[in-house]
Amino acid sequence: MALAEPLGPASTAGRPDDLSGRPASGGGRRRRSSLTPYAYLAVPFVVFAVLVVGPFLHTIFLSFVEWDGLNDMEFVGLSNYTEVLDDEDLRNSFKNALILIVFFSVFPIALALIAVSIMIGARDMKGLGVYRSVLFIPQVITMAVVGIVWGWMYGSDGVVNQILRAVGLESWTRAWLGDFTWALPAMGFVGTWLMTGFVFVLFLAGAQRIPTELFEACQSDGGGFWAQLWHVTLPGLRGELVVALTLTVIAALRTFDLAFIMTKGGPGTSTQVPALDIYERAFRQGAVGSAAAIATILTVIVFGATFLIGRINRGD
Amino acid sequence: MRSKRFNLIGHLVLGMMAIYTIIPVVLVLLTSIRPEGDNSTSLGIPDSVDLGNFGDAWETAQFSTFMLNSVFVTIGTVMGATALSILAGYAFGTMEFRGKEVLFYVFLLSLVLPFESVVISWFYTFREVGQTDSLQSLIVPQVAIYLGFGVFWMRTFFEGVPRDVIEAAAIDGANSWQTLWRVLIPIAKPAVTTLVVLTGMWSWNAYLLPLVMITTQDGLTAPLGLTFFRGDFTTDITGLAAASVIVAAPVVAVYAVLQRSFVRGLLTGAVKG
Repeated sequence: MALAEPLGPASTAGRPDDLSGRPASGGGRRRRSSLTPYAYLAVPFVVFAVLVVGPFLHTIFLSFVEWDGLNDMEFVGLSNYTEVLDDEDLRNSFKNALILIVFFSVFPIALALIAVSIMIGARDMKGLGVYRSVLFIPQVITMAVVGIVWGWMYGSDGVVNQILRAVGLESWTRAWLGDFTWALPAMGFVGTWLMTGFVFVLFLAGAQRIPTELFEACQSDGGGFWAQLWHVTLPGLRGELVVALTLTVIAALRTFDLAFIMTKGGPGTSTQVPALDIYERAFRQGAVGSAAAIATILTVIVFGATFLIGRINRGD
Repeated sequence: MRSKRFNLIGHLVLGMMAIYTIIPVVLVLLTSIRPEGDNSTSLGIPDSVDLGNFGDAWETAQFSTFMLNSVFVTIGTVMGATALSILAGYAFGTMEFRGKEVLFYVFLLSLVLPFESVVISWFYTFREVGQTDSLQSLIVPQVAIYLGFGVFWMRTFFEGVPRDVIEAAAIDGANSWQTLWRVLIPIAKPAVTTLVVLTGMWSWNAYLLPLVMITTQDGLTAPLGLTFFRGDFTTDITGLAAASVIVAAPVVAVYAVLQRSFVRGLLTGAVKG
């Protein structure tokens, strides 16, 4: 089963049997009324405008007020932003989100890149489809279940500690999610687990398009494994790299489900992330304006990251 | 032979990655069939198999209600998002009109819009009109938020349809509506299937939206019910495992049957987005 199969093969096939024998002459016989496209767009656009664009602007508006969600709101200008930026705890949340990027993006991309490079000679091998099916599984499992199962994995008698004991690293065992130092990396590693297979399948599809001659040329110039990885594989996967970075960085910055289900930000604030702050302030602590300010900052960061990563593709 | 050796390396690399990927899945499956009371969470083979955990899980804390809620929300979201995506994608993919580029980019931008930036407004607006704690409070926002991907995805399909097909339909006297439903939708099955399975998966697995919108136990969706009633299972790990399997199973089952649609959608949708 080839990975780089053409997109929706049936989609362009048409149904020649239905249409044959009818010359495609007289094109433009019927000028569509110029209102037709708007008629098709009307409902989708209204739904989108009312439920996405509107709420997005509404959230920005809320970031300029002080509101407990019940009583009258008061316009407070930029003070939600200044408070949020001065907030020690919040800076900690954003710092944690940045650390999660290492686990959600850097590790999966590095691992997938190395795995793809090792497999360059085997990229058309049989049985790829089966592996692809397995490696994609984390993408389809409900995060609620992922959080629960990884909670067991990290328990005192969980699989992680069992493996450590089995290889003689008894002293490394601990209750991972209860540990101030290790809870965040432990949660981050779930992100690595979630993303590695996906990034790998993405890279493998891209690598199948790199001409074999490029690797051979690199080899005949005396290039070893790392030279091929750096000079052939990496440039050949530039498009896929941008996609992988964009998706994984956004996922890391937005982390909510995992943190909420596995640790609720604890112990202390060691796994607190911005999305948890937004949730708690907006829906638990009656600090809607402050939550909206964090949400707006997070959105700006996500847009900024997307834009910067996109520039890689233009060769800057 | 060179390629044989490389195939061996390939199986080695992929095999290691597959094992590492599958361990948590095996863990939850094994735990779900252990005899009740066996609260170990190890990868050891169970002494005996107890499928009664699934029945127990189903009855604990209204699990059947949660599953039914999830089914309704998912069906509603998929139908709404797919229908609207087809309409807008058809306009963007086959017609020329003023403002096309700008409108399309507005839809596209939502692909990277964090959920968090709209969910506050959703909750307080829905509460204002007394619509929280309802199936529509979960369906309507999700239809809208998945439109970004859906419109983009269907536009890509419609752009790929040869012009001749559309023009031939016009010569036959079909108007644009008939062309869409009689000529294009029948050949759009692969693209629509992908859209349906992806929006279905996102909707089934959604966590933050129901967490915010639903405050009564009757209205909870399955993933939420699972984590809320984790407490009821503290002494019953096997029951929690069985419940987890039940919640994850529908999407995994659809994935098993239609994996090409999933992989194609997630990879190519990602590449072009």
